[in-house]
Amino acid sequence: MSLPWDVFGVDATWMLLMAFLVALPCSQIGSFLVLRRMSLVGDAISHGVLPGIVLGFVFTGDLASPWLLVGAAVSGILVTLLVELIHRKSKVKQDAAIGIAFTTLFALGVLMLEFFTHGNVHLDASCVIEGQLDRVIYYPDWVLLGIAVPEPVVTMAALALCTMILIVVFYRALLMTSFDPGLSASFGFRPSWIHYGLVGFLSVIVVSAFQAVGAILVIALLILPAASAYLCTHRLKTMLVLAGVHAFLSSWLGLLLYAHLNAGLASAIVTAGMGLFLLAWLVGPVDGVLMKWLARQRAVAENQRDISKNVSERNE
Amino acid sequence: MLTLLSLQSAEIALLASLVLGVACGLLGSFVVVRRIALVGDTLSHAVLPGVVAGMLWSPERDPYVILSLAALAGLLGVVTVQAIVKSTRIKSDAALGIVLASFFGLGLLWKSRARVPGVSDFLFGNAGAISVQDLVTMSVVSLLLVVIVFLLYRPFLVLSFDEGFAKGLGYPVGFLNALFYGLLSFAVVVAMQAVGVILVSAMLVTPAAAASLFTERLRTMTLWSMLIGVLSGGIGCFLSIHLDGLKTGAVITLVASSFFTLSYLFAPQQGVLAKQLRRGRERQRVARENLLKSIYHMMEAEGFRQDGVTKLALAEWRKTDLESIERSCQKLIKAGEAHVGRDALIYLTKSGWRRAVEIVRNHRLWELYLTNQADYAPDHVHDDAEKVEHVLSGEMLRKLEKDLNFPEVDPHGKPIPSVEKTLQELSQEGGTLS
Repeated sequence: MSLPWDVFGVDATWMLLMAFLVALPCSQIGSFLVLRRMSLVGDAISHGVLPGIVLGFVFTGDLASPWLLVGAAVSGILVTLLVELIHRKSKVKQDAAIGIAFTTLFALGVLMLEFFTHGNVHLDASCVIEGQLDRVIYYPDWVLLGIAVPEPVVTMAALALCTMILIVVFYRALLMTSFDPGLSASFGFRPSWIHYGLVGFLSVIVVSAFQAVGAILVIALLILPAASAYLCTHRLKTMLVLAGVHAFLSSWLGLLLYAHLNAGLASAIVTAGMGLFLLAWLVGPVDGVLMKWLARQRAVAENQRDISKNVSERNE
Repeated sequence: MLTLLSLQSAEIALLASLVLGVACGLLGSFVVVRRIALVGDTLSHAVLPGVVAGMLWSPERDPYVILSLAALAGLLGVVTVQAIVKSTRIKSDAALGIVLASFFGLGLLWKSRARVPGVSDFLFGNAGAISVQDLVTMSVVSLLLVVIVFLLYRPFLVLSFDEGFAKGLGYPVGFLNALFYGLLSFAVVVAMQAVGVILVSAMLVTPAAAASLFTERLRTMTLWSMLIGVLSGGIGCFLSIHLDGLKTGAVITLVASSFFTLSYLFAPQQGVLAKQLRRGRERQRVARENLLKSIYHMMEAEGFRQDGVTKLALAEWRKTDLESIERSCQKLIKAGEAHVGRDALIYLTKSGWRRAVEIVRNHRLWELYLTNQADYAPDHVHDDAEKVEHVLSGEMLRKLEKDLNFPEVDPHGKPIPSVEKTLQELSQEGGTLS
């Protein structure tokens, strides 16, 4: 077995850090998506923001430009508005409306990609599907405290920090609007504002993760940690922490897998995340099938014991 | 076969696009009706490991092998979604996301590990790379889909709308569902080669959603959906060939989206425009009827000594300005419900009288109904009656009259006019009606 540090040397650290910094904010916001049953909104947005990304790239010539994030937030909200427009004003149901909206925008984005960035290596179709997480080491370095840090790592670290701060600040509002919109409205938190705020921020995160893992695998980073954590706990705070742990473990295991198999880094991370989810599905303390089965067996056995005890008492 | 072999790749692409329009349009209408659009999306991503397996299994790319393995992977994905939802608290949306991303990630990893060439044709769609053999397979599979759906139309119809009812009829629901998802996987794989993983969703959902706005009947919807699918495929492929080889899948999707936009705006019954028009006409009618009612009330207040009213008095009665009364009167006249006499008074025509009496009668009947039968206080019934008076008619009205025993006085002591009697009296007087 080849370890990442043997294969890539110190670059492996940057890859791991980058993978974790991409996965962490996704896992946090993904937890709220799963709780609010908006998982597939994440799917729709990750595809629907493509025209915004292409336009931003055309104007700034740089995938790391902050303007791209602004454009992403706007186009993400546009996607949700388009979905609402379709299903509110016609009898087309929400699921079909999502399907129509995101495929249309994605197709538009693909054509724009072909039209504007012909032959450009930084943004092409395979980047949309697979991402380029392993390219992080080819970026120019920033020197922080005497250490040369690749630029994308710095931006992702800033974004991850931002996410954590926002989650802490808006924790109560997010908690209440996720579980009881009516109650939260009576407390003065506007559920619709929180909704659009969440969608906008989700778009920002999706776009910044886009370059690393592509439009499809970002869904895995959003949902797998949250779903795995959901199987392990009933408490939101614990769930957020566990989702973060899942993000770290899947980055770490994914890197191992990547070094071992010499295949795509992003898909290796997703596969590792899937393995962790399967583990949680099996032995998650709250909702794992094996745990539930064991609990049932124990309950049955206890029941049996009680019955036999009663019978023997009566016989005496 | 000879003629097939001599086809150019552009012609193959065009034929393939038409075929996928049929397959996806057909199954898409069931997808839309069953509200599982996002299951289609998940399925299209989940088939990837199967495609990779198929390519590894048969390096000469035997389309039947690839198709079967891909469909198998798709079915496995659907089964996994159901297993997750059944055995945990995770809701179906998250389960779909999990399966979509996991299967796709696994497929990508396997593909890049095994270095399988040609998979990217499936990922992005490449109509130009479709071989004659592929085309034949696609056509055979699509034909099979059409035949199976045609034969099992009734069970599928019942299953789509009410699974419990289907069970009650004795249909093997589990088997039918498995068959349906199997067929859906086939349709997905057929379309994937031409339009790519992501835009398969569009081929499943968009034509069917456009068709659903045309009709309430599933059979008609299915036909429309297939037609729109075929048109999107054909036009899209044609455009992509002529526009300098733009990505076929994207162009086909945008053509389908244009069809949806057209139907969203202009569908005869369900279109936004038609609805807006209907609502506008409705509002106009209510406004006209309210004016008729006011005229009736004014004449009633005078004890019907006069047949006409002046516009000024009408404006005062309605607490509005002369100008807007002028405008509304013009509309009334245009509708043939009133005319202006030589003395510049507004007179109701026969149909105007009829409608005015009907509205007042509806209003007072409803007020009486609310006070007598629904125990409302008499001073609380007016606002409700203001709305109901415009929609009360036919069967409902007759039932109301019967329940109230053909009353003549409303809860406020005002007479409830009878349409027939009023018209009879009017024609006897001869006045304005002659």
